[in-house]
Amino acid sequence: MTTLPKSTTRKLGLVIDLDTCVGCHACVISCKEWNTSNYGVPLSDINAYGAEPSGTFLNRVHTYEAKSTGCNAQTVHFPKSCLHCEDAPCVTVCPTGASYKRQEDGIVLVNEDRCIGCSLCAWACPYGAREMDAVAGVMKKCTLCVDRIYNENIPEEDRIPACVRTCPAGARHFGDFADPESEVSILSAARGGIALMPEQDTKPVNRYLPPRPKTDVTDESKIDILAPFLAPIATETGGFLGWLDKALEKI
Amino acid sequence: MHPSASVIIFTSLSGLGFGLMFYLGFGMPEVRGWTAFWFFLIAYGLAVGGLISSTLHLGNPQRAMNAFSQWRSSWLSREGVAAVATLVLTAPYAIGLIFYDLNIAALGWLSGILALITIFTTSKIYNQLKTVPRWNMPLTPVLFLLYALAGGGLMAGQTLVAAMLLLVLTLLQLAAWQMGDKAFANAGHTLETATGLGHLGKMRLLESPHSSPNYLMREMVHVVGRKHALKLRAISVVTLGIFPVAILLFLPFSHTLALVAIASHVIGLFTSRWLFFAEAEHVVGLYYDKR
Amino acid sequence: MPPLDQPKLDTSPEMSDEIRKTTCYMCACRCGINVHMKNGKVKYIEGNRDHPVNQGVLCAKGSAGIMQHYAPSRLKAPMKRVGERGSGEFEEISWDEAFDIAEGWLRPIRESSPEKLAFFTGRDQSQSLTSWWAQAFGTPNYAAHGGFCSVNMAAAGIYTMGGSFWEFGAPDWDRSKLFMIFGVAEDHDSNPIKIGLGKLKANGAKIIGVNPVRSGYNAIADEWVGITPGTDGLFILAMIHELMKAGKVDLDYLIRYTNAPFLVNGDEKSPEHGLFLRDADDKPLVLDRATGKPVAFDTPGIKADLAGNHRAAGITHRPVFQLMADKYLSDEYAPEKVADQCGISADTIKRIAAELAHVAFEEEITIDQPWTDWKGEKHAQMIGRPVAFHAMRGISAHSNGFQTCRALHILQILLGSVECPGGFRFKPPYPKPVEAHPKPHMGVNPGKALNGPHLGFVRGPEDLLLKEDGSPARIDKAFTWDNPMSSHGLMHMVISNAHAGDPYKIDTLFMYMANMAWNSSMNTKGVMDMLTDKDENGDYVIPHIIYSDSYSSEMVAFSDLILPDTTYLERHDCISLLDRPICEADAIADSIRWPVVEPDRDVRGFQTALIQLGSRLGLPGMVNEDGSAKYQDYADYIQNHERRPGVGPLAGFRGKDGKDKGRGEPNPNQIDAYIENGGFWIEHIPEGANFFKPWNKDYQDWAVSRGIYDAPQPYVFSLYVEPIQKFRLAAQGHGDHQPPDHLRAQIEAAMDPLPIWYAPFEGTLIDEQEFPYHALTQRPMAMYHSWGSQNAWLRQIHGANPMFVPGEIWDEKGLAEGDWVKLTSAHGTITVPAVRMDALNGKTMWTWNAIGKRAGAWALEEDASEAKRGFLLNYLISELLPEKGDGQRWANSDPITGQAAWFDLRVKLEKADRPADGNSKPHMQAQKSPVGRGPKNLTYGDKF
Ligand SMILES: Nc1nc2c(c(=O)[nH]1)N[C@H]1C(S)=C(S)[C@@H](COP(=O)(O)OP(=O)(O)OC[C@H]3O[C@@H](n4cnc5c(=O)[nH]c(N)nc54)[C@H](O)[C@@H]3O)O[C@H]1N2
Ligand SMILES: Nc1nc2c(c(=O)[nH]1)N[C@H]1C(S)=C(S)[C@@H](COP(=O)(O)OP(=O)(O)OC[C@H]3O[C@@H](n4cnc5c(=O)[nH]c(N)nc54)[C@H](O)[C@@H]3O)O[C@H]1N2
Ligand code: SF4
Ligand code: SF4
Ligand code: SF4
Ligand code: SF4
Ligand code: SF4
Ligand SMILES: [Mo]
Repeated sequence: MTTLPKSTTRKLGLVIDLDTCVGCHACVISCKEWNTSNYGVPLSDINAYGAEPSGTFLNRVHTYEAKSTGCNAQTVHFPKSCLHCEDAPCVTVCPTGASYKRQEDGIVLVNEDRCIGCSLCAWACPYGAREMDAVAGVMKKCTLCVDRIYNENIPEEDRIPACVRTCPAGARHFGDFADPESEVSILSAARGGIALMPEQDTKPVNRYLPPRPKTDVTDESKIDILAPFLAPIATETGGFLGWLDKALEKI
Repeated sequence: MHPSASVIIFTSLSGLGFGLMFYLGFGMPEVRGWTAFWFFLIAYGLAVGGLISSTLHLGNPQRAMNAFSQWRSSWLSREGVAAVATLVLTAPYAIGLIFYDLNIAALGWLSGILALITIFTTSKIYNQLKTVPRWNMPLTPVLFLLYALAGGGLMAGQTLVAAMLLLVLTLLQLAAWQMGDKAFANAGHTLETATGLGHLGKMRLLESPHSSPNYLMREMVHVVGRKHALKLRAISVVTLGIFPVAILLFLPFSHTLALVAIASHVIGLFTSRWLFFAEAEHVVGLYYDKR
Repeated sequence: MPPLDQPKLDTSPEMSDEIRKTTCYMCACRCGINVHMKNGKVKYIEGNRDHPVNQGVLCAKGSAGIMQHYAPSRLKAPMKRVGERGSGEFEEISWDEAFDIAEGWLRPIRESSPEKLAFFTGRDQSQSLTSWWAQAFGTPNYAAHGGFCSVNMAAAGIYTMGGSFWEFGAPDWDRSKLFMIFGVAEDHDSNPIKIGLGKLKANGAKIIGVNPVRSGYNAIADEWVGITPGTDGLFILAMIHELMKAGKVDLDYLIRYTNAPFLVNGDEKSPEHGLFLRDADDKPLVLDRATGKPVAFDTPGIKADLAGNHRAAGITHRPVFQLMADKYLSDEYAPEKVADQCGISADTIKRIAAELAHVAFEEEITIDQPWTDWKGEKHAQMIGRPVAFHAMRGISAHSNGFQTCRALHILQILLGSVECPGGFRFKPPYPKPVEAHPKPHMGVNPGKALNGPHLGFVRGPEDLLLKEDGSPARIDKAFTWDNPMSSHGLMHMVISNAHAGDPYKIDTLFMYMANMAWNSSMNTKGVMDMLTDKDENGDYVIPHIIYSDSYSSEMVAFSDLILPDTTYLERHDCISLLDRPICEADAIADSIRWPVVEPDRDVRGFQTALIQLGSRLGLPGMVNEDGSAKYQDYADYIQNHERRPGVGPLAGFRGKDGKDKGRGEPNPNQIDAYIENGGFWIEHIPEGANFFKPWNKDYQDWAVSRGIYDAPQPYVFSLYVEPIQKFRLAAQGHGDHQPPDHLRAQIEAAMDPLPIWYAPFEGTLIDEQEFPYHALTQRPMAMYHSWGSQNAWLRQIHGANPMFVPGEIWDEKGLAEGDWVKLTSAHGTITVPAVRMDALNGKTMWTWNAIGKRAGAWALEEDASEAKRGFLLNYLISELLPEKGDGQRWANSDPITGQAAWFDLRVKLEKADRPADGNSKPHMQAQKSPVGRGPKNLTYGDKF
């Protein structure tokens, strides 16, 4: 099943709003929690209580700093999981057919029963979205919570990925990018959703909303706009009382 | 990339083995009986040993059979199929030569061509990866083929051919390093494109997602010191080509010297293969602000 | 149709066998959780969508609850110490033996001198139980951790406006258009703040973050003000200066709802100077604009004047507002004057002030909701000023924090943005004026209960807790001239005072849920020494230490008797209106925890253990007349205890049939009713009663009906805090209660009834050339103090903490990636790994709080990264200030409230070699683990 479907009926994915993400790692742990006891083998933790613990995670949050002249440096929290690429190189390199992209919704999955743990798909992914589980020896990746989003055993409103449901800031959105009317399509269009590393030609489905421009510019010419609000009515108590008297009359 | 022993051994040995098989397939040298036996034993030993080594890094080697299924799309699968096809088809040819003094030439040619194809598929496993610009250059398959043909030639006792190939290989290897050093930059990948946030200015990692290294960092991020790399390149160039060629061309032929040349080449091969992995920078390193 | 060879998936797997709804306790935010159980184990924890606090979301800690619950560091049984203190050598004992030991220590002191018990609790929220217990025991020495946490914020809020930020109120996230957040990394309201920020973002509101560090909330702020630590007061007063100068204040609001018009005695020589002019009923007077006559402030139908003044008996009385004009219009607070000190340009200060004014007054919002105020006046609409503020320890954990917090409240009030739509709103049981709070008590009677609650709000010098001889009545010296308004006590001073025997020696230190030998102490090394110090007889200077923890923390190793608590999934608990509420601005709510998992070991909920210990000691209220135990356990207490008739720990489902709200008889099935309801109870405030609460007649009546208070308590906000002026008058020599001479100057300077700014103390005592930088800590969102590190998932996120050094200093010192630095303060030195950060105030460095661990603690391997690379900044912070040259060591605290001044720290930085052993310095010797070690690898989930 390693060939990619020519097209998929739906294109499910995430919009991650970098203007809203506070970097709390809630999505990281919720993802870990859900996926360690649902789809596939558990996500192991090596050296869990030891020197350098190292576990399998399907979603990780990086923190970057951006600096350009004339502005204060800026901090950006950057969650990253599988982008469910349309031209997913991780799928086509897979020798066993374990990796595949679902025809009906575009979700990229690993069929763990077939996986030999060769790592090649992880090498092929530009985004670091695949991790080999050190205990089970199979490749793990974001499933877009395929076992939640259609799950008839959970309430309808909960049929969204674990990370989206948990995000306290509401920075994560889930939906169908094939539908131009969906929330994710609208958000992405309105806010200039970014595809990561377009030069890799993977056509990621997930989109990142860039931080809105900051107003802490070093150039203070903006102040004029609001200056009238601070036109002094008085600089001394005497004058101030005069103003006060008049102002009180109007109340 | 992490220079794991299993892949270095795999690509190096199987390259040599299939390289030797290529020559044997085309009757270079024409061997029979015990001589043939030893030649084929070495070729098989290297090729199969390499393949076995490659399974050592698998998480679930018991499922390795699955890897033959995706030959339509996967170079790794193709490599498996080609390798097995070569090994299987070479067998009757070798048996003929060893036990029946029989040369099924057509089968030999087929075996030789398959051996080449196998080497090519191996090279494509790495060459196809856009994520590793140093590998993602047309020179990669050429080099893999040259390594196999030069090393195979050496072992097949094709002194002149081997010497010529070694010279070309040496030059191309130097060129590959040169080009490889620029490949990442030329591909245009930066932390800014990786995050799509170049418009905010120069980006740098402030905090890693986790405070200890993870699988991705261990597997894909390997930093080799510039000086160290240069030293290894020098060693590699001398041992893989210059020294063997000098021995072959300027000293009278002897089996001992041939063995020395082969040994030297193998050292060079391993060194350059170590560098091939260790110096390969995966784009995912950008997210960790490391390459 | 998917292709045939695409695997068929079961996309509807069974998630769990059962969902049990309870309350999270991975931090003090108290979110509602759905605990999914499978095969008798916890499979998955998610947020409860119906819960008022988190509305379904859950933070990283909350989701990692499984790893906390099954952590190898959990204590297994009661223990008594068998090795030296600090070694970690213990023997497991039975509960009976543990109670016998505790009783053996406590009974004699209760009979002779109850103050020899010091009972201090950490960040739990069962203070209504623990304080009641301590009161019944009779010791005056009780407090929770508020004194080192955020009492500046709490006290400033209560004294100024009858409630504070924090859990006691919240911005109107749905309506606010401009939001300023000062000095917050995470805060107690973890999820609500994030939900709120998300709403503001979705609504296109502007967020301004004021913080030396641009991380977390400040990272997403539209504007970042990278202020120099300790100068927020100046920044805020400069904005007040600008707003007053431009007349951009809400005069109508000030007249109606604040003490701006109150007449203040202006005679500097008078013992009444600075006090309000009052009528015979002791009511403060204001000038009626219509008649020009002074009348009681709450006289219906008057319009109070702000512009005039009143002369009587030769003394001029001027309205508070005029005193403010005098003070804040002065050039001292001009943006140009303060800019350098704050590290903020004058233009920025002016622009932000202008933006505040613009949004407050030009983008006013209205809700068509008629309401009636306390004087009976009817209003057709509710007018909102959609600017909101929030602040936390960044402004409060300084020695000038109380005044800074006050300044911020004054700014909010001047803009008329408290309790209005779009502004800051209280959550019941707040607002509640100072007058509705108790005063502190110290009446000790051996064998009897204390004469009243320990903690409260003083109204003047006469309320201080001083003995006849003028010495402090409490071990922590709370409510003394050193820190008169220390409403939360001073937990950070308990160990050092007990060790010094100053003001007196104690016998038993009883602590609960506070890692006082580690991250919650200032001067960690010193505290460890004090806990292990012995007298000439070879006995420990602090004779007995009883401690309750759930896990093998650093503090456990320093205790003599351990009462092992359960995890939060194993016990009953109540999050009570008598304590810290989980209410919403629009609703009253409380909640419970219940054993969704039964303990698999010999542990007991601490509250249960405390009640059982109390009944063994025969404490009043805990035993029946025949001496038998009144409550079997905490659950029994929760359901049946009544604080006042009809008012108990839980407000929901009261009365025999469970139909009463707020007030009602105990209900024997109350806990079941909560469980049935998802673990909480909520009732919405009626429409029209939900804004302007301090002055809203409907709200006041509703609050009485729900048992929040016994009679309506309308009040006005205190721009001017009269009790503060009373202390200042005393310092000036007026009145019977006089401070010691060495404190007069400090009291007079700091205790200004109108907010002022003064430089943080530590900075004035050190050589600024030598210690040019500030050093701070921040809460990581994915860790809770010290407990996160035992959590296999969370410790992978923050397994070590570097020192983040600003780019300017980094370049100047020639630092490179991987370098280590040596930080030195007036108190100590640490050597630690460093990381560059540019989005940081150029003079400030910081690290994550409480990541560093003592080797051997928390059942981690001794070479765990937390113990090797991780470190505590606390080694640099002392509970005492550097020598002043007057022979006294002054407390490193706010002089008004005693709040620990964590963030006043000043340091110097040098490049250092990475220590050969890779350990950050100082590195404490390892403690033994009384619970063994965890497994090497985990594959949680293979059970399902
Ligand atoms: N995840 C998590 N949540 C927690 C806790 C936890 O440990 N983990 N702890 C809980 C507890 S006990 C508390 S008290 C609260 C505390 O919650 P916060 O008040 O958010 O506490 P801190 O992390 O101390 O953050 C103080 C912030 O103030 C900034 N700061 C320091 N000095 C100044 C200053 O002078 N001016 C300004 N403007 N900013 C300054 C610091 O950079 C930092 O961002 O959090 C509670 N919530
Ligand atoms: N440098 C620096 N130091 C600081 C601060 C700072 O900003 N900077 N902040 C200060 C502040 S505001 C605070 S509040 C303190 C917090 O410091 P602490 O109050 O010491 O906080 P914790 O680490 O949460 O420790 C509480 C103890 O409670 C135990 N515990 C956890 N759960 C349970 C339970 O269910 N039952 C029982 N019985 N025990 C339990 C934990 O194992 C731990 O030993 O730190 C202070 N220290
Ligand atoms: S949960 Fe939301 S806010 Fe938190 S890190 Fe993930 S995306 Fe960001
Ligand atoms: S993000 Fe990586 S793993 Fe996911 S589909 Fe794209 S290439 Fe494959
Ligand atoms: S690791 Fe598994 S999924 Fe990935 S390429 Fe190899 S077999 Fe396919
Ligand atoms: S969609 Fe599911 S699997 Fe993917 S990152 Fe979110 S929680 Fe993890
Ligand atoms: S904020 Fe997180 S840890 Fe705290 S109670 Fe809520 S979910 Fe639990
Ligand atoms: Mo705190």
